[in-house]
Amino acid sequence: MILKGRAFKFGDDIDTDAIIPARYLNTSDPSVLKEHCMEDADPTFSSRIAKGDIIVAGKNFGCGSSREHAPIAIKASGVSCVIALTFARIFFRNSFNMGLPIFESDEASSKIKQGDILEVDVAEGIIKNLVTGNTFKARGMPAFMQELIADGGLIAHIKKRGKI
Amino acid sequence: MTIAEKILKSHTSDKGFKQGDVIRVDIDIALANDITAPIAIDAFKSCSKKDVFDKDKVVLVLDHFTPNKDIASATQCKIVRDFAKEYHITNFFDGGEVGIEHALLPEEGLALPGDLIIGADSHTCTYGGLGAFATGVGSTDLGVAMSTGQAWLKVPESMKFIFRGELNRWVGGKDLILYLIGNIGVDGALYKVLEIEGPAISSLDLSNRLTMTNMAIEAGAKAGIIAPDVVTDAYTKTRAKRNYTMHKSDPDALYSMVKEYNCANIEPQVAYPHLPENTRGISEVGEIILDQVVIGSCTNGRIEDLRVAAGIMKGNKVAGGLRCIIIPATPKVLKAAEAGGLIKIFLDAGAIISPPTCGPCLGGHMGVLAEGERALATTNRNFTGRMGHPKSEVYLTGPAIAAASAVTGKISSPKEVAV
Ligand code: SF4
Repeated sequence: MILKGRAFKFGDDIDTDAIIPARYLNTSDPSVLKEHCMEDADPTFSSRIAKGDIIVAGKNFGCGSSREHAPIAIKASGVSCVIALTFARIFFRNSFNMGLPIFESDEASSKIKQGDILEVDVAEGIIKNLVTGNTFKARGMPAFMQELIADGGLIAHIKKRGKI
Repeated sequence: MTIAEKILKSHTSDKGFKQGDVIRVDIDIALANDITAPIAIDAFKSCSKKDVFDKDKVVLVLDHFTPNKDIASATQCKIVRDFAKEYHITNFFDGGEVGIEHALLPEEGLALPGDLIIGADSHTCTYGGLGAFATGVGSTDLGVAMSTGQAWLKVPESMKFIFRGELNRWVGGKDLILYLIGNIGVDGALYKVLEIEGPAISSLDLSNRLTMTNMAIEAGAKAGIIAPDVVTDAYTKTRAKRNYTMHKSDPDALYSMVKEYNCANIEPQVAYPHLPENTRGISEVGEIILDQVVIGSCTNGRIEDLRVAAGIMKGNKVAGGLRCIIIPATPKVLKAAEAGGLIKIFLDAGAIISPPTCGPCLGGHMGVLAEGERALATTNRNFTGRMGHPKSEVYLTGPAIAAASAVTGKISSPKEVAV
């Protein structure tokens, strides 16, 4: 699977309240959540994001609460994947469970600039910056995680295959 | 291999995995509470399987907002209660059987050495004190586990911490783990297994070991683990209703870091607001006046903790203007405290006895703080607003400092009170 889109840059420690503020948690409807995605970090995000675009962030992305609304909101907004230096542990799990691909890369996180066009090879974890020509290597996604992403998350995966 | 890798290996059919790989594991226990179970039940139902994978291996404990604190919490409990009935869940704890989950499962022999346990609660890592691999997961993970008996895990790296030397007077597991967290920070063990060992750990009872692994998550760890030994075996063998395996790490096991501490340098610890890493030795604490002291929680609400506290409070009075709340973690702890005369000591001192519940630990009920109030608690988290108002403060300690402070009205060394 190859993903392609523009980079939207964020800093370190973007917490789940920045991704989807608690005031919107009275719903888990993706079409509502996407309107408020990243609102407290960048109020213009939901109006500027286009299908396929990629969030690039610093360390500890998704820290804070264990709410599954966070990856749901990101995925619903059209973001094809998130690249960060590191992810908070529960956000990491929730992302795969909700079918949102994520990648950890030290170099990609620091060198990619706002608006760069990126191409990501999901299986190999290769991130190409089509603007600068740079290539970065994130950890490749294990076969099982690729299955989860292809199936659309953990529940859909179980429905299809009957087991993990 | 490390002990963590051995436990994972015995629970997966994925061959030849290495650190960083993602594997599918079969689990021994899937645990949820009154806050997380309702969402997990939704996830379970959307898996569209007829039954839970094993009615003996799903454990549901209504411990957080019980006895029901309001209509919303009563509704949550009812969802779980109805589910437990419909699916004939053997290990469903309600009413007078409720204890704080992470104190209850070891006591009931439900969590055992060598187990792979997942729970929709971050302090599931507690069971590492028995030599299990136990970790907190999200509600979808848990719902799927209730259906399939499986979970996916990224094989973590391990870090090793060795405690040597004699423990100083009034130092227990809580002080050792606070010292460790103060040393490596709240993300010092992110994603990793925090393996704890050494002569000072071998001499700890199981209660103090569970206190230590309980707080592994406060250093960001995926799991905390102490290799089982004779102490573990003695504790477990009378409680277990199924077989268990005592693993230990190989001498050539791979660690991302090994660190040693000398217990001679560790005095009773205090973690200042608003992070568990803000630790100081009691001798460096100035005058800090308190409104409330809470002795309880899955960290320090066992009978051993209450004995330490009662030993200090015996014959003393709770300071004027201070509320001291004692929360035995389980019904059995409460019974033992009653039989051992501890409840009388606490009541004579003017303390409040709460039924077993999480209560104020997460700012739920039974001792919530007002704006500007300051509490000292034997719990595990002192984040902003954890025990109530966002402008209240929580200091964390073990039961000895907590009891002494309840008597003096300010954060105090047990030396000031006890003989
Ligand atoms: S006592 Fe506190 S930390 Fe332990 S399970 Fe209850 S709320 Fe969580």
